[in-house]
Amino acid sequence: MVDNPKIQIRDVSYRYGQIEALSRISLDVPEHAVTVFFGPAGGGKTTLLRLINRLNDRVGNTTMSGQILIDDENIYAPGVDVPALRRRVGMVFALPLPLPGTVRENVLYGPSLAGVRSRSRLDEMLQTSLEQAALWDEVKDRLDQPASSFSGGQQQRLCIARSLSLEPEILLLDEPTSGLDPISTAKVEHSLLELKKQYTIILVPHSVQQGARVADYAAFFLMGELIESGPGADLFTQAKDKRTEDYITGRFG
Amino acid sequence: MVPGTSPPVRKRMEWVIETIIRVLGFSAVGFVAMIFVFLLLEGIPAFVRVPLNNLFDSLWYPSLGLYGVLPLIIGSLLVTVVAMLIAFPLGIGTAVFVREIVPGWAREILKPLIEVLAGIPSVVLGFFGMITVAPIIRENLGAPTGLTAFTGSLLLAYMSLPTIITVAEDALDAVPRSYRDAGLAMGATQWQTIWRVVVPAARSGILMAVMLGMGRAIGETMAVLMVTGNAARIPDSLSDLFMPIRTMTATIAAEMGEVARGSTHYHVLFGVGLILFILTLAITLSAASVMFRRRTRGGLR
Repeated sequence: MVDNPKIQIRDVSYRYGQIEALSRISLDVPEHAVTVFFGPAGGGKTTLLRLINRLNDRVGNTTMSGQILIDDENIYAPGVDVPALRRRVGMVFALPLPLPGTVRENVLYGPSLAGVRSRSRLDEMLQTSLEQAALWDEVKDRLDQPASSFSGGQQQRLCIARSLSLEPEILLLDEPTSGLDPISTAKVEHSLLELKKQYTIILVPHSVQQGARVADYAAFFLMGELIESGPGADLFTQAKDKRTEDYITGRFG
Repeated sequence: MVPGTSPPVRKRMEWVIETIIRVLGFSAVGFVAMIFVFLLLEGIPAFVRVPLNNLFDSLWYPSLGLYGVLPLIIGSLLVTVVAMLIAFPLGIGTAVFVREIVPGWAREILKPLIEVLAGIPSVVLGFFGMITVAPIIRENLGAPTGLTAFTGSLLLAYMSLPTIITVAEDALDAVPRSYRDAGLAMGATQWQTIWRVVVPAARSGILMAVMLGMGRAIGETMAVLMVTGNAARIPDSLSDLFMPIRTMTATIAAEMGEVARGSTHYHVLFGVGLILFILTLAITLSAASVMFRRRTRGGLR
């Protein structure tokens, strides 16, 4: 479907107990592009994101079938180093979630957990990540203040910087701007366009409009099924499936 | 609310209910205040009748008119602090284990069991300490007697564990799942997530758990009376941990029944009670201030 798939989702089904959250999803996610997963709530977008970095491993009473491949390797194969996988696949959540501690500590949590000790290396990571998240100019004089003292928009960009500090290959963003004002949203979207040069990005947008603004590729999910997928420019203007078109034009959902 | 009642009647009912609730609420404060006043009235004469240099001396021989309370205060503090040193790692470790590691069904078994621990009468633990723990200490640590400060600390640690575990576990439980997700998503292992993300996020609750456990330990009477040997001497070296000491609570419990009401000895025992009350109050207040800081701190939670 795409020429350079970074992530290949192969016939994935997923159940929470008896409830089917994902039903036979197959999808390729291209490298160095923004892929948008959109659709009404409860469609399985978040579940699929959480499967891509195996964050659902410890959720009880679930069953999964199918495969997810990153760089042609099955991430659910036995013997996969899960923490190492998660360092390659960063994730940003819907709510800004600064951890206890300062800006510096937050951004450098990942690298220091991974065992980076060199002071100069850490300082460099700190600045690069904050710059990539479009936050450096606002916090460079307040790096040692508690993260919780910043605004919601700044905290969310801090969380993006925290994910970037690990220099992941893939960045998963689950409605990263749902709590933000339009200006902060624009800043985050703008930084996504910069970031996609280096990273493979999957975004669950908080509105169809946001999806249309940033999508290189898009996939529409409804009730655990992948209805259709394709280049963003096509999908958001001339959807093939009636259900997709209805959702985009606001007739339901 | 009640159909058919006219507004003035309803208003009066509201007033009655509000007043009852208010009286009940203030009565709790009132009782504490009255206990404090009672302790003051009975305890202050001690500080008047006994010269301060006698009172804060190291000799406690009431029959000779020597009322040095220092050995008692230091005895209480020593037993409590050592108990906390033992109980803190055990309690926090258990809380982390119960909350973060074991599967749900095992947690459902462990939690009630831990709460049952809190219900064991202290005199039963005292028996256990005298008959089982003390001989072990005497034989293995070369102490002349098994009834030592350390024996008391062990029992107090055990007694404060349920409080520490329960409160710390609640604090860990209050850390949102999203924190754990955020830690794991950064490539942290489960242990790293627990120690670097979840435990720090719960630190004020954990501190409070220790404070409450400490409050329980310092006020405990029966078990320490039975196992600490009750020798009123000031421990002055580390090896004295394995010698008998005497706590404030044990002194009051052992001697109050035998003093003449209104005698100097009687008032000094109340004075000791007053000191104990103030110490406990200080611990409780510092726990409360930790709680208060947590609520007023912005952002987090």
